[in-house]
Amino acid sequence: MSLVASEVRWRKPSILPGFGLAFGLTLSVMCLIVLIPLAALVIKAASAGPADILAIATSPRTLAALRLSFGAAFIAAIVNAAFGLLIAWILVRYRFPGRRLIDAAVDLPFALPTAVAGIALSAIYAPNGWVGSIAEAHGFKIAYTPTGVLVALIFIGLPFVVRSVQPVLEESEVDIEEAAALLGASRLRTIFRVILPAVAPALLTGFVLAFARAIGEYGSVIFIAGNIPMISEIAPLLIVIRLEQFDYAGAAVVGMLMLLAAFLLIFLINLLQAWSRKRLGDV
Amino acid sequence: MSVTLVIDQAEKQFDIYPALRGVSFTVEPGELMALLGPSGSGKTTLLRAIAGLEQLDHGRVLFDDVDTRRLSLRERRIGFVFQSYALFKNMNVFENIAFGLRARPRAKRPAEADIRRRVGDLLDLVQLAGLEKRFPAQLSGGQRQRVALARALAIEPSVLLLDEPFGALDAKVRKDLRSWLRELHGRTGHTTVFVTHDQEEALELADRVAILNLGAIEQIGSPDAVYDQPESAFVCEFLGETNKLPVHIAGGQAFFEDMPVFRSNGQNHLGPASLYVRPQHIKLVDNGPLSLQGVVAHIRRNGAIRRLEVAVKGYARRLELDLASAVAPAVGERVAMKITAGHIF
Amino acid sequence: MSDASARLSAPVPRYADRMREGFAVRALLILLALAFLVLFLFLPLVSVFAEAFKRGFDAYLAAFDDPDAMAAIRLTLIVAAIAVPFNVVVGIAAAWAIAKFDFKGKNLLTSLIDLPFSVSPVIAGLIYVLLFGAQGYFGTWLKAHDIEIIFAVPGIVLATVFVTFPFVARELIPHLQALGKDDEEAALTLGASGWRTFFKITLPNVKWSLLYGVLLCNARAMGEFGAVSVVSGRIRGLTTTIPTQIEILYNEYNGVAAFALASLLAALALITLVLKTFLEWRYADSIAASRHS
Repeated sequence: MSLVASEVRWRKPSILPGFGLAFGLTLSVMCLIVLIPLAALVIKAASAGPADILAIATSPRTLAALRLSFGAAFIAAIVNAAFGLLIAWILVRYRFPGRRLIDAAVDLPFALPTAVAGIALSAIYAPNGWVGSIAEAHGFKIAYTPTGVLVALIFIGLPFVVRSVQPVLEESEVDIEEAAALLGASRLRTIFRVILPAVAPALLTGFVLAFARAIGEYGSVIFIAGNIPMISEIAPLLIVIRLEQFDYAGAAVVGMLMLLAAFLLIFLINLLQAWSRKRLGDV
Repeated sequence: MSVTLVIDQAEKQFDIYPALRGVSFTVEPGELMALLGPSGSGKTTLLRAIAGLEQLDHGRVLFDDVDTRRLSLRERRIGFVFQSYALFKNMNVFENIAFGLRARPRAKRPAEADIRRRVGDLLDLVQLAGLEKRFPAQLSGGQRQRVALARALAIEPSVLLLDEPFGALDAKVRKDLRSWLRELHGRTGHTTVFVTHDQEEALELADRVAILNLGAIEQIGSPDAVYDQPESAFVCEFLGETNKLPVHIAGGQAFFEDMPVFRSNGQNHLGPASLYVRPQHIKLVDNGPLSLQGVVAHIRRNGAIRRLEVAVKGYARRLELDLASAVAPAVGERVAMKITAGHIF
Repeated sequence: MSDASARLSAPVPRYADRMREGFAVRALLILLALAFLVLFLFLPLVSVFAEAFKRGFDAYLAAFDDPDAMAAIRLTLIVAAIAVPFNVVVGIAAAWAIAKFDFKGKNLLTSLIDLPFSVSPVIAGLIYVLLFGAQGYFGTWLKAHDIEIIFAVPGIVLATVFVTFPFVARELIPHLQALGKDDEEAALTLGASGWRTFFKITLPNVKWSLLYGVLLCNARAMGEFGAVSVVSGRIRGLTTTIPTQIEILYNEYNGVAAFALASLLAALALITLVLKTFLEWRYADSIAASRHS
């Protein structure tokens, strides 16, 4: 018995059975499907050697693609943060016909396959499409330009912000707003000093989630983007093109840069959630 | 059916603090034992260790002479009533109670007719006949508690363990269930241990009470014994109400503010100490030897009795005493008091 | 007296005004949100069906009268039929280990489970090409043993498993954690075996969040495009799934056929949303624990 106590335990003893089986299965599948393949990517990219990595990473085409992917993702995430907050607000606070339908429809970008979204968006925003023709009449071109990329990224990122902010708004007590009003605050003051600070961590989390998703998005973008090198070619597409040219190292280097960005964003999201827990208690 | 339950040098360390520090005691067959203590005293950990839900770092739990470390949970045959009741939401009352019988290995599983009869008997025992088709969500708190108990009894447990059995119930239901459980225990006679933080519950229900503090047993004994002869300051303060006077012991007497107030016969102390006196052990007297002077500050009615709060010089709080006679002094009146019983620690 | 009546007749600041926006502001905000949703959500959805039926019902049906389309539908179903059950089993195992036990590295494991969500689908395809492709680490060995993974069904399954890996575990973990361990402990003290406890107690307790996870997992498995497109090689009639077949048709300017296939996936998405909404509404309490993690 004394052995057990002095032994350093990596797991608290429990009488529930099945830990070995469940943990073993999870870890093996995780290693085989996720970790080893991702490691292969890193090794492949690293094996190109520092000079080649730098050359690939800083080639004008790579830089243009990364700039477009990150830049459009960032702008799309900002648009989504604004409209996502608005949509979450009207869904939680106002009662109007069709509210439940809209609430359900917000998840459409999660459920609709990206290829379907891609061809549908390009059909609407193409110069002969429902919206594209109106824009064309005013001298705007949406599809087959970087603006088209933006449209697709706004589509796929929307639910992240709404679904992050909505529960926080739902849980935020009307009491607090009533208290602010009784203390003499105007409605605008209440919104900016009381409500917005309370949803800020959730809004930021939603923003980062939408941003992360948009960086890597492929299916919904390539149909509407036009894919003109240096102008409307996104980074994931560049990977596909490199692969089709059997330039594995080139694909791996771009892939690793994007993976790196993904890890940084995961880290950021964890920090944000820790911050929000600290500020708002367990949400 | 009933077994002797022996806990021998139970020790358990949680991450940073010890949950159990060398706890030993014996529960006789058919005895009803209460584990009483404040939260964090280790009482629930001890109960879960007896059940085998928690592993001890050191020490043993014996059922009769069998070391339970050698037994699987199934072989231990523990009737455990969870504080949350842990009723299976997807099963009705009947299936909940029958669960333990149906879970037996095929060779030992009773026939369906036997299961029906057994569950029927148990439903009668816990006075829930007719509710077997209800689901847990359709029951009141008290009914759920009784289903949980019937489910635990269904496996003919060697030991019955209850974790805060009345914790989640409101005061009225609590009182009813308490006397009902006492009566049920008299009929079924299982060796029973229950955990509670409610001293009234422990004193009223149990044959013996074990008082835990910081993972160790402070005192163990009959309700009368622990109440009337507390062996530590903790027990004295934890059970019932008490006044705590700072005194100085010399020559077999306790001095408060340099006045002798209590004869400390047989209690071996010298120097500064605390004198614990229950409100019912202070009498109003005419001036005399060993008396204490004060001014009545407040009079409260506390059910059948009246409680006097007396301001005493040299005592930051007010001395509380129960008024025995119908005649009460007025607020602001000077009174003399005599301590008839007390404990020095 | 006059002082008091003056005070009474003065306009009382209405408490309610401070507590909510006026009608005009509310209407404006709602309209603004609606306009955004129409532009970015409803029009695309409607256009799928509009484009599919542009040349009439017969042209729509003719799109399915194509062996390649039928092969794509068949392959999509096969891939989902393998990937979804696989991820259900692993997801349940992961949720059991993480929600019911305390061990070092638990937070890391939880983050790793979510990792595929943060990785671009193209990268999900790329990593398998680097491993199993003709010039990949195992490429020569696989070729020598006549095993095809890339540009074949196994690769598509692998990539699909990767992108749908987190769905089930992520719905189950918070729910199982919220339920605690009392029920399982009760079943075990009553003499139930581990498996019996799991199937009779744990599984029924979380069935709705499990179904919810399966639903989302399935929608993604059938609709995955990027990862599948990279590993499949898009060989018509052999390695095209519905989404990759849509791409081929669209690039061939066969809009009606592309949108006809797309309408199947859009219908699947709508069914998924309806079921999801129904589950959230009907079993709100049971799923609430798992919805926002």
